[in-house]
Amino acid sequence: MLISRKKFLQVSAGSIAGVALSSLWLPKLLSAADAKNGKGRLPVIWFQAQACSGCAVSFLDAAYPSVDDVLIEVISLEFNPVIMGATGDLAMGVIERMMVEEKGKYIFVVEGSIPTEADGFYCTVGEKEGNPVTALEWVKNIAANSMAVVAVGACASWGGIPSAPPNPTGAMPASKIVTGKPIINIPGCPPHPDWMVGTIVNVLKYGIPELDKLNRPTMFYGTDKLIHDNCELRQYFDTGTFAKDYGDKGCLYELGCKGPVSHCDVSTRGWNGGVNWCNRSGGPCIGCTEPFFPGGAGSGLYEKLPAVEVPGLEKININANTVGVALGGVVVAGIGAHAAARMIATKYRQNKEEKNRDKGTPYILKEKEEEEDK
Amino acid sequence: MAKQIITVDPLTRIEGHLKIKVEVENGKVTNAFSTGDMFRGWEIILRERSPIDAPPIAQRICGVCPIPHGTGAVLALDDAFGVKPPANGRIIRNLMLASEFIHSHLLHFYHLAALDFVDITAILNYKGIDPKLNKIKDWVKSDADAGVKSAGAPFLPRYKGDYIKDDAVNIAAIANYIKALEIRRKAHEMLAIFGGKIPHCQTLFAGGVATQLNLERIINFKSRLAEVKSFIDNVYIPDVVAVASLYPDYFKIGKGVGNFISYGGLPTDDNGKMHYDSGTYIDGNIGNFDSNLIAEFVKYSKYSSGSGLYPLNGETTPDAKKDGAYSWLKAPRYNGKVVEVGPLARAIIMYLKGSDSDHKSLIDSALSTLGLQPADLISVMGRHAARALELSILTDRMDEWVDELDPAAPVHTKFKIPKTSEGMGLTEAARGSLGHWISIDNFRIANYQAVVPTTWNGGPRDDAGNMGPYEQALIGTPIADVENPIEVGRVIRSFDPCLACAVHIVEGDREILKFRVC
Repeated sequence: MLISRKKFLQVSAGSIAGVALSSLWLPKLLSAADAKNGKGRLPVIWFQAQACSGCAVSFLDAAYPSVDDVLIEVISLEFNPVIMGATGDLAMGVIERMMVEEKGKYIFVVEGSIPTEADGFYCTVGEKEGNPVTALEWVKNIAANSMAVVAVGACASWGGIPSAPPNPTGAMPASKIVTGKPIINIPGCPPHPDWMVGTIVNVLKYGIPELDKLNRPTMFYGTDKLIHDNCELRQYFDTGTFAKDYGDKGCLYELGCKGPVSHCDVSTRGWNGGVNWCNRSGGPCIGCTEPFFPGGAGSGLYEKLPAVEVPGLEKININANTVGVALGGVVVAGIGAHAAARMIATKYRQNKEEKNRDKGTPYILKEKEEEEDK
Repeated sequence: MAKQIITVDPLTRIEGHLKIKVEVENGKVTNAFSTGDMFRGWEIILRERSPIDAPPIAQRICGVCPIPHGTGAVLALDDAFGVKPPANGRIIRNLMLASEFIHSHLLHFYHLAALDFVDITAILNYKGIDPKLNKIKDWVKSDADAGVKSAGAPFLPRYKGDYIKDDAVNIAAIANYIKALEIRRKAHEMLAIFGGKIPHCQTLFAGGVATQLNLERIINFKSRLAEVKSFIDNVYIPDVVAVASLYPDYFKIGKGVGNFISYGGLPTDDNGKMHYDSGTYIDGNIGNFDSNLIAEFVKYSKYSSGSGLYPLNGETTPDAKKDGAYSWLKAPRYNGKVVEVGPLARAIIMYLKGSDSDHKSLIDSALSTLGLQPADLISVMGRHAARALELSILTDRMDEWVDELDPAAPVHTKFKIPKTSEGMGLTEAARGSLGHWISIDNFRIANYQAVVPTTWNGGPRDDAGNMGPYEQALIGTPIADVENPIEVGRVIRSFDPCLACAVHIVEGDREILKFRVC
């Protein structure tokens, strides 16, 4: 497992500029897959609850391999409401059949949060004997008969925007609805197509990939994938050049960038064929791969990250200006800034995950709390 | 013959959760109900947040059409903040929005609607040498031969029906389905060149955009545009014409209400000139659009609130089990009239107003090729044709707009968030007229409202019992086989439904949102 995974990572590593999952290695992969389970393709049910279809559209943007190659060679996409031929009862009949005939053999992809208030009637899909069936009921049943559950996007992973305060529909992530099945979270708003395809391929060939404690594949969201550490604008941060307005050159910290607390590999992988990515475009990272996304009413997507102190140095308040000015010219610049970013990240996660998430309260950190923690 | 009731739930190959129920007598639809099946409460979530959160969060109303929502939001913020983007900002916004039109229209025709007409099993008769088509053929054939029940998934199973019989047409359409995946992806790349990423871009802000403009981006955009444009003119439009000519009856089916409005959108100068003209076509008369005449009705919607009002007075509460209500969509009306929005509405209004001579001559040439009258456009195939034709004009203009960009000039005008303010942002989205309204109190969003294309088109009956555009378009549609109501999907999909966008709630206990004439 470990060696295979290493191999997988090596191939993925070739992906850095957006040529991820090169079609060159697809044949090799498929031959292994074919040998493993005859047909060679992994059956998938892709179900949408409170979704915007952004994850499905992002999946369609898969380039290498292209989505048509994925459909023909990697997975058997039995159900996906956006592209499937069947409609109405004929479509839902596919799920009914899969739950019986392919019990325990299919991957259940959930897109969107699942509403639980009003008995789940904020989202219904199809009818049974003339009565609407809630997404809540479908998700429970489809998951119960699946091999594993893959939550795609911020909504299915953490609840996302529908669950932001005041969470009008009691929107929940898949992990709060599903019990007794392995769950992989592929967050992002939406996730990069390579993360979705790569994870599914990994499951097919090597089993469930290594996950972090938030059930995210570390190959895409690992601790070494902190946006701030891998950002091409990092030099501006280190030298104290900060964009003051949109379109300015410089680090986007002052404009509210969440790169110091967000993990994923888009800064090296690039979006949409590698033509661009969030911070390169000038639009600050909004932390869409993290559980705090999109925060609450008391905070904002573009609120500047809270100031912290840099360990090892005399109490320097690390707001953007002082980090640049104070650390820019000295030898410890890199280390200090890294440490600071790590520290922000750790604090942020702790607060978010352990204190605030379940309550749905705003993610904003109070400097006072920070000090008390120390 | 007794009345038969058909429920199609979920209606797939659209965005979101839609249920269509029709009553069929003597082989024709006599009654119809359009039901939006999902509610999230986006406007409630936006309240109390910083106004600058509105563009990224509003975009996430829909993953198929985020840019129109981002555009509506930034226009509303521009208005509320009293800020005007520099020329670069205006142009980049247009280029991103127009790129999304390309992605959306190609997705709609090839990947959502075409499977109602194209027989994908024709691939089994393919005898050529194209490696991709042979791969697809082998894929379907090997599974089918092995008795795999899901052979051809997700494209099979499907309704039985009168699919295209000509193998050559079917196989060309399958090849173009695959090619369109790539071209649509390139339209997304165009968008990401200025937007950072897509779905859900990073760069839309009040006062312009955050995009750092450079020559490389302009060249990368232009070269992709040329490739995409070539596909639109040489493949997409001919494919629509080919399908349309095989189904001439669908120039008579799905006519619907026949009233249209367009808010207008994509400003082409700094003085309010628009690429898409605004206007109305109601009861056979062309008129000017007046946003004060919009009202939303909720008798048949799952909300316990006042009806026929805009802005609403009193509390608005979602009521999932309200008696008699059958949709999460409201029923917006223009001056009390049921109206359709979308590419067809734009085409009809601009054609009759003579807003754009290129546009008019393109429609005239399409009509003469197909031997049709302008009135025939108001139909299922007319909607497909209008969508394809508008992309040809739009991509011509995009090439001009991108040349107007100046890498040395600013992309953004600084703004200050006011303590209290109101703003309105009206635009045209791929699916039709879209409006966002914001009110700001104590530097926070006090209220937010979006009236979107699919609410106009897919909404339920109003309080007077007038059916919405989807419902009216279904009336009279012939249904050959009630077990396989393929015709229902053809009619509804011609509107390009987007349900995630369509479900909204207005919260308000005071008059905070005022419609103004734009």
